Amino acid sequence: MQALYAQLLVGLINGSFYALLSLGLAVIFGMLNIINFAHGALYMMGAFCAYFLLNLGGINYWWALLLAPIIVGIFGMILERTLLQWLTGLDHLYGLLLTFGIALIVQGLFQNYFGSSGLPYAIPDQLRGGMNLGFMFLPIYRGWVVVFSLIVCLATWFLIERTRLGAYLRAATENPTLVRAFGVNVPRMITLTYGLGVGLAALAGVLSAPINQVRPLMGADLIIVVFAVVVIGGMGSIMGSIITGFALGVIEGLTKYFYPEASNTVVFVLMVLVLLVKPTGLTGRAA
Amino acid sequence: MPEVMTAAKPGQAAATSTILDVKNLESWYGESHILHGMNFTVNAGEVVTLLGRNGAGKTTTLKSIMGIIGKRTGSVQFNGQQLIRMTSDRIARLGIALCPEERGIFASLDVRENLLLPPVVRPGGLTLDQIFELFPNLKERLKSQGTKLSGGEQQMLAIARILRTGASFLMLDEPTEGLAPVIIQQIGHTIARLKKEGFTILLVEQNFRFASTVADRYYVVEHGKVIDGFANADLAANMDKLHTYLGV
Repeated sequence: MQALYAQLLVGLINGSFYALLSLGLAVIFGMLNIINFAHGALYMMGAFCAYFLLNLGGINYWWALLLAPIIVGIFGMILERTLLQWLTGLDHLYGLLLTFGIALIVQGLFQNYFGSSGLPYAIPDQLRGGMNLGFMFLPIYRGWVVVFSLIVCLATWFLIERTRLGAYLRAATENPTLVRAFGVNVPRMITLTYGLGVGLAALAGVLSAPINQVRPLMGADLIIVVFAVVVIGGMGSIMGSIITGFALGVIEGLTKYFYPEASNTVVFVLMVLVLLVKPTGLTGRAA
Repeated sequence: MPEVMTAAKPGQAAATSTILDVKNLESWYGESHILHGMNFTVNAGEVVTLLGRNGAGKTTTLKSIMGIIGKRTGSVQFNGQQLIRMTSDRIARLGIALCPEERGIFASLDVRENLLLPPVVRPGGLTLDQIFELFPNLKERLKSQGTKLSGGEQQMLAIARILRTGASFLMLDEPTEGLAPVIIQQIGHTIARLKKEGFTILLVEQNFRFASTVADRYYVVEHGKVIDGFANADLAANMDKLHTYLGV
């Protein structure tokens, strides 16, 4: 039983990263109509940013949680202003190719300077150790990642679905021309939205740094699964991408316990099944 | 029109001052050339109606003024300011608002969010209470999804949301299209009321029986050009011509 709970926890942790990343992808896709293949590289930059802040600036984990998403988010906004904005109105394929190219360049640069092996990032003192829950041993940092990710996901959902700013975002996703004709600076909103999506990816990167180490290809490995998560959940829905993210993490964890050989493929098998039955994803709308 | 004089807003000092001056306006949707040199003016406090057959370029004219069309040349002056190279968000902030033909109600927003969506661009817009007085139906449906409203209610919502913003120049694109007579009447009353409050309105209508109840002047549009214009008082005298123009 201990092993089952342990795998469930690993599943929840992976699910947290899936949820944070697919949430950002969904927000970006809704507003920019771009399938952001650079998302994994930006997640990796978040982790590296935390690493640099600590080792070059002596800035601790807690500040990194705040600063890394902002710094990488600004980098994302510069990307949007200089490159992505020119894709408006073009086929999805262009956005996919451009962001894929950006991902390769960014990952290549980091690999060139830092190699492929991982750099260590220590768990902050306050979150070291573990708790005995009776039925299992819970490392505190892992519990923190799950709880904090869930809070961030729900806060993002609230921002988009329940606030006035979110209403602008939803309206501009439906009909940007009309929202702009009401006097809203839609291009600036698009830039900020990309920054928000990228910031979520960077935040996931910081959270994962103490668990998975900091590696240039950490995002490349993850992003493939995240895209499968997005396909399963459907691109259109915020809550859908959060729930799907966590759920698939858990399913992956359970598979690791019951049938470990399939644990790396179960998400893709589910993706195929969903595509056969409901091509727009479980919660998605037709494009 | 004494009521216009008394209720005039700043910038609309006299009923005869030109607020919108369109000269030689040409527009394109991609490769297709739609407007071929539109010329017309709208005076402060007036209701001016663009008449014309389907595809004559009426909607395109409104979109060109609003700056939401691919390419446009010529001159559009609003209160003396040149709009032709401005982006639509800046044009909106000068106090011009569009109620589009397809109404543009957002499905992912509820009625309240739809109503509050357009930002206030200048002081002097209607308060929510005044809006609910004009459109009592909306008040009861604030929590409904925007597109769950009936066609008439959606049209009212589309008009209501631009009244809040303080825009004093309203462009209404076929507000009566596809609506029941009783709702058309209500929209007619609303337009008359807005005119009384000092709003300037540029209306696109196919239904000139409706237009004749609210308009001060008409322009007839054909093949992307204004081919005729007359005042409401001369409507009867121009009826035969109008029938030929509109093919009715």
